[in-house]
Amino acid sequence: MNRIEKVFQNLKQNNEKAFVPYIMAGDGGLETLAEKITFLEKAGATAIEIGIPFSDPVADGPVIQQAGIRALEAGTTLRGVLAAIAEIRPIVHIPLIFMTYMNPIMAYGIGNFISDASASGVDGLILPDLPAEEEEIIAPIAEKAGIEIIRLVTLTSPLERIQEIAAKGKGFLYAVTVNGITGARKGFKDELGKHLERVKEVSPIPVLAGFGISEPEHVKEMNQHCDGVIVGSRIIELLQSGELAKVEELIASSKIEEIKL
Amino acid sequence: MNAAYTLPDERGHYGTYGGRYVPETLMQAILELEEEYKKAQADEGFQKELQGLLKDYVGRETPLYFAENLTKQAGGAKIYLKREDLNHTGAHKINNSLGQALLAQRMGKRKIVAETGAGQHGVATATACALLNLECIIFMGEEDIRRQQLNVFRMELLGAKVVGVQSGSATLKDAVNEALRYWVTNVEDTHYILGSVMGPHPFPMIVRDFQSVIGNETREQYLEKEGKLPDAVVACIGGGSNSMGMFYPFIKDETVRMIGVEAAGLGTDTEKHAASLTKGTPGVLHGALMYLLQDEHGQIQEAHSISAGLDYPGVGPEHSYLKDSGRAEYESITDEEALEALQLLCKLEGIIPALESSHAVAYALKLAPQMKKDEGLVICLSGRGDKDVETVRARLGGKGQ
Ligand SMILES: Cc1ncc(COP(=O)(O)O)c(C=O)c1O
Repeated sequence: MNRIEKVFQNLKQNNEKAFVPYIMAGDGGLETLAEKITFLEKAGATAIEIGIPFSDPVADGPVIQQAGIRALEAGTTLRGVLAAIAEIRPIVHIPLIFMTYMNPIMAYGIGNFISDASASGVDGLILPDLPAEEEEIIAPIAEKAGIEIIRLVTLTSPLERIQEIAAKGKGFLYAVTVNGITGARKGFKDELGKHLERVKEVSPIPVLAGFGISEPEHVKEMNQHCDGVIVGSRIIELLQSGELAKVEELIASSKIEEIKL
Repeated sequence: MNAAYTLPDERGHYGTYGGRYVPETLMQAILELEEEYKKAQADEGFQKELQGLLKDYVGRETPLYFAENLTKQAGGAKIYLKREDLNHTGAHKINNSLGQALLAQRMGKRKIVAETGAGQHGVATATACALLNLECIIFMGEEDIRRQQLNVFRMELLGAKVVGVQSGSATLKDAVNEALRYWVTNVEDTHYILGSVMGPHPFPMIVRDFQSVIGNETREQYLEKEGKLPDAVVACIGGGSNSMGMFYPFIKDETVRMIGVEAAGLGTDTEKHAASLTKGTPGVLHGALMYLLQDEHGQIQEAHSISAGLDYPGVGPEHSYLKDSGRAEYESITDEEALEALQLLCKLEGIIPALESSHAVAYALKLAPQMKKDEGLVICLSGRGDKDVETVRARLGGKGQ
């Protein structure tokens, strides 16, 4: 069983919610990656999404764009990140999931990338520019190597499509909470809770909400309707400004049991 | 190539190229666009409305002009110019903008977003939106805004909102990124009028089809004038729309050479060029698999050309396919050569071509002498040079040579 499946099985048994932070590999130099990962694991992260910088990240807002530019300026490459992950994998127990765009992987060579990622201990892949229509270019090879493709569904995806997409995966389903790109939002559509519940109803795998989530209140709100959250831009900002206590607080907000009326 | 050229396939692929590499949020919109486009193609009313506008508003058909002086100068094949520069708004871009604006109207989308490089697609789109009373927002790189001041003002005059893009190289590639981000955020009421044969399926197909009016007219006009087909058609390549529009109607005519001309900038042996097919490798950008200028790690490189409209590090998926299959040939022309060709056309024919189109002229001047006198070639003169006069003046230090 893949590490991602195992982690979610445990959460379910303990009736807990997932918290998956996103960091940009190489932001602040690749040598800081291990430190960030161990800090987040210790703070209670369920899994970590590791961004691989790409020059043209069309699904990302300003914060992640800037983090990507910093990482590229620091000389970060996919090859370098894979080596760093291989080194740290033995002491990290939670799943590590790469998030990047198709092109860096294609330049590396899809087959080579999957075998190197698998050898380094990468557990999953999130590819925001790879909809179901194109996934056969990589999904079968990845899944054969034990790397889960984490698929995205959005507010514009019809329910039948969500059902089809959810049925393909074994890890978790990434429910995008806004029409738009990554980056902190003040609020969400009123119908979001209902949408997440509908997604959960048709999904055989856990559903995590992501995009725009930045405050403990958002985390608690989302967690009432799904199995956990993914937080990106806010984590990057807090790590950048050194506000580690706030990162811990944000992660902790997902652990507090909601008193249901 | 055989008579059975039917690309793209139903998944929007041209061989391995093309496809729909877009965020899930956009999938419904592009599936809906594909559906609606199919209906529009079969709808006589739609076709009639488009034909009517192309005739009375754009001023089609455009002339196929025998450039006798240029032919004499080159000393070889007869050179014809397909005068897309005479279209309303000064370039071929309006053929596509109008078609897509009508499609948006059909889909009940009253807001339009578009990217622009040289500003020609932006002006054409702003024009179509003014005509059809659609809201229009145009993303344009800051570097291009600087190079094409007058076109920015034109768009604003036409009622569009122009938003500067500072990220990356602040040129066309970055404007597409920002337009895509805007579209993801506003997809429910907004249509994206992509300006070239790029992006996710069905855009490369739709833009090609709307631009095919160029090749269709050329074919008929040439047959009428010469009683045969041309031996070669030559067009410049930014994203590849004027060239695809010229090529597509000839694709099954194997005797017709199709030659796309990329921007070699300061030279293809330097880092400052935009020759994606000549020097690039396949990869995914802006929703499609195509030839790209990229480094070994898959990071997209900045393109360079004196002409803002060719300054793009990729080229549409169908061209990528036609290159690999060998049906079309791809050459490149430097900034210097394009500038020279521009001046020559001014002096010899009294036509000021766009810097983009000047690349096609420059290559044709190399090709014609290698061909026989009873052969003929057609240059797609994709746009007029009024927008470039300032750039050219700065380069030539104020005096035509
Ligand atoms: C006059 C003219 N020609 C050519 C181009 C290049 O585009 P494409 O290759 O799509 O025809 C442009 C783009 O702005 C243009 O303005």
